[in-house]
Amino acid sequence: MADVLTVDDLNVTFALHDSEVHAVRDLNFTLRQGETLAVVGESGSGKSQAFLAIMGLLARNGSASGKAILGDTNLLALSPEKLDNYRGKDIAMIFQDPMTSLNPSLRVKTQLVEVLVRHQHQDQATALRNAIEMLERVGIPEPTRRANAFPHELSGGMRQRVMIAMALLCEPKILIADEPTTALDVTVQAQMLELFKSLTDDFGTALVLITHDLGVVAGLADRMMVMYGGRIAEKGPVDDLFYDPRHPYTYGLLHSTPHIGTRARTLTPIEGLPPSLERLPSGCSFHPRCRFAMPQCKTDRPPLTGERGKRSCACFYEGKLSYEEVVA
Amino acid sequence: MPGITHKDRTLTAYAEKLESLDAPKGRSLTQDAMRRLVANKAAMVSIFVLIFIILAAFVGPFFVPWGVGEVDWSSIRKPPNFEKLHYLGTDQNGRDMLARLLQGTQMSLIVAGVATLVSVVIGIAYGAIAGYFGGRIDALMMRFVDIMYALPYILFVIILVVIFGRSPVLLFVGIGMLEWLTMARIVRGQTLSLKEREFIEAARAGGARATTIIGRHIVPNLTGPVVIYATLTVPEIIITESFLSYLGLGVQEPLTSLGTLISNGGPVAEVMPWLLIFPAIVLISLLLCLTYIGDGLRDALDPKDR
Amino acid sequence: MNEMAPNTLLSVEGLKKTFGISVGFFGRPLTLTALTDINFSVAKGETLGIVGESGCGKSTLGRCILQLLQPDEGKVLWLGQDLTTLPEEEMRKRRRDLQVIFQDPLASLNPRMTVGEIIADPLRTLMPELATEERRARVLKMMEAVGLLPEMINRYPHEFSGGQAQRIGIARALITEPELIVCDEPVSALDVSIQAQILNLLTELKDEFGLTLVFISHDLSVVRHISDRIMVLYLGRIVELAGSDILHTDPRHPYTQSLLKAVPIPDPKQARARKLEGLIGEVPSPINPPSGCAFRTRCLHAKDICAAERPPLETGADGRQIACHRWREISAS
Repeated sequence: MADVLTVDDLNVTFALHDSEVHAVRDLNFTLRQGETLAVVGESGSGKSQAFLAIMGLLARNGSASGKAILGDTNLLALSPEKLDNYRGKDIAMIFQDPMTSLNPSLRVKTQLVEVLVRHQHQDQATALRNAIEMLERVGIPEPTRRANAFPHELSGGMRQRVMIAMALLCEPKILIADEPTTALDVTVQAQMLELFKSLTDDFGTALVLITHDLGVVAGLADRMMVMYGGRIAEKGPVDDLFYDPRHPYTYGLLHSTPHIGTRARTLTPIEGLPPSLERLPSGCSFHPRCRFAMPQCKTDRPPLTGERGKRSCACFYEGKLSYEEVVA
Repeated sequence: MPGITHKDRTLTAYAEKLESLDAPKGRSLTQDAMRRLVANKAAMVSIFVLIFIILAAFVGPFFVPWGVGEVDWSSIRKPPNFEKLHYLGTDQNGRDMLARLLQGTQMSLIVAGVATLVSVVIGIAYGAIAGYFGGRIDALMMRFVDIMYALPYILFVIILVVIFGRSPVLLFVGIGMLEWLTMARIVRGQTLSLKEREFIEAARAGGARATTIIGRHIVPNLTGPVVIYATLTVPEIIITESFLSYLGLGVQEPLTSLGTLISNGGPVAEVMPWLLIFPAIVLISLLLCLTYIGDGLRDALDPKDR
Repeated sequence: MNEMAPNTLLSVEGLKKTFGISVGFFGRPLTLTALTDINFSVAKGETLGIVGESGCGKSTLGRCILQLLQPDEGKVLWLGQDLTTLPEEEMRKRRRDLQVIFQDPLASLNPRMTVGEIIADPLRTLMPELATEERRARVLKMMEAVGLLPEMINRYPHEFSGGQAQRIGIARALITEPELIVCDEPVSALDVSIQAQILNLLTELKDEFGLTLVFISHDLSVVRHISDRIMVLYLGRIVELAGSDILHTDPRHPYTQSLLKAVPIPDPKQARARKLEGLIGEVPSPINPPSGCAFRTRCLHAKDICAAERPPLETGADGRQIACHRWREISAS
């Protein structure tokens, strides 16, 4: 499988009133064609900012450095005008709240057609035909009628499907989905995840799924990247990380997630609070909350060790991870 | 049910703990806003200029060589003359312009201050009650406001003049009576949206009465829009006062106001420009300062993405 | 159906709640039926979970129980007494025992009050006889119980993270030593690791103070974790009410089955093995629900009777309540 996106040393900083905040540090990963990569993290992990940076959608006071190589172009080095040629075409992004991503004063079909006219240089008629076909592809019943509707006339799940349709119109190589199902009902979410699965199979699109929900990850992802405090804590194949996590944070996340099948298991939360990016702890940012912390963790930052493309982990602890008191 | 308050001993222990507790004061929203305001250069400059004008208007008269009504027979209609200590010249009656300007500014500021205070107090009470209770009470109260709005303002003032005669007090009342309407509308709007917020529901779940909710939960959260609006209406009040005085409905001789000075200076501006220029400068400065401060307050109290 | 067992704290009978909404400038006002025919009871010491998707009415139900909304019909019996007919002063007295925790911790705290003032607020209203020092002492003790540092007492809500702010909300709910607390999505707005902290805290406090909880959430995994019994709502009606374990191992209502199938499982092998057939469509609009059984438009087992008649809420042999014409024929998935 070919690599579609290679990210090297991505750093994202925000200029604040009197200081600078690093939202993302030293991010390295590779995305392969057709695979689904889950990016997991909580508030302050930097998971969204990293991909906003790649898409050139950072806030005004944000800046990114490093490389994000798509094909043979470094997206981070492009000017906004040049980046426009890739955005929506080779790499697309959908967001959590479809209501704010769609223009409420334009009909659905207008927004879809606009994408095709701009990027694929199709004429209105062809574009409309393709748009309606895509709406059908993403599972919207009565696509012609829906295409004429305004966003507020559609339900949440429907709107999210429209977003996906819009993102897929140009058959991008990469689709980035930032918490795409968090705002949806559970049953709708399940359908949406099925849709994602079929899309990656049918189109061969690489999917980056940014989420905090480990259940969603388990059902969909091939590989997974756990982020904490702006850095990668651990990454690798999904099964490896779920059944044999090496990083205490990954382990902690798994044990604080309620699993509907087992009620008896007590949740073992990760103590403490997510770090403030302005005042990250010294050494390993996770050490204040880590049950396996050693003196070294406070002073030195653990490097990301492992094979790129296989699994890597940024942690000094080498022993077995287990909370003895957990009832399995 | 085992309570947490097993009587006095445990609580006494906590009471003692409280004594020795060094609980630092948190950073209130107001402090945050002040910090943002201080960072806004235009607003800070305006604040200093405004303070300067206020000080000059109230303290200045003690230091000015000439009195307000004092007539200097030797200098009638004279341009600024430093020898005779008429720094801003004299008017048609030989009165020193600097003294008159300071007194006039004083009067305008007092009128603006009192009228704003009246409108704020009445407006908040009226708007919060209408907004919180909603339904028919709200409809009734706001229809009254609508009717008041529809009345021709000048007619209303003239009626007041007829009843009360000409006096500065009339200005306070009259202008305040107009401004509270808009304040009430703004407060009502804010209350309507505040009412839906969860902490109001939490207060109701805690058994709070309507008066408590309005007084403890709603009004303190109104300060933002109220302060902003008040700051932005002071210029409007000064202009209205100027207008009324221009029409002869406001302050009367020997008292003067910025509006009166301007209305007097206008007709003779070609021959005696100093009668118009100086009051105009002060008026414009006041208006600009208040506008910048109002803008600064709005940015400080309602920050969007930096 | 509602056994007034001696330890029943709360009993809801025939609850109905509608909202009138106007559509557009010239439209007729429409009626949105948020809840219909709600009957259940809560025994002392138990945790009743209420679960459902958008439009199911679970938040409305929470507010009706607390009398923050007046139901159109029906009774809310607290220790046998109907709260809906109580005068305001009498209701206020009951509020000492009937408290609430809200979903969005930062929105449910007055941004202009300090933590101490917020937690003390119910005491000021409901127990005004307390002296100031005693009030402050109780606040401090409660802060410790929920895991807040005492030095934080003078801080303002926006200085806290979501999880800590929720602890403030919990402290406020507990300060009057209530019997029953309605938890309206108390962890939905929190990060996963913090959710676990707060859930554990709620479980500890429940044991320590002998609380009874009504736990409302859309997250079935969370509800399953903390509840003894679970009530599933769909478009304002109860579709199934059963013990937490039974509901999970042997769900009989097609909607419950769909819900369980849809819940993401944080285990890749199990997730991959799951078959997701049978999940179709979305929740219909509550303004215009389908005739008969509201779920029939998405139900694979729907027959003619489902469109013609609304299924009554029956009680099964195992004690579960279920509203489905065909539940005996359908096997668990």
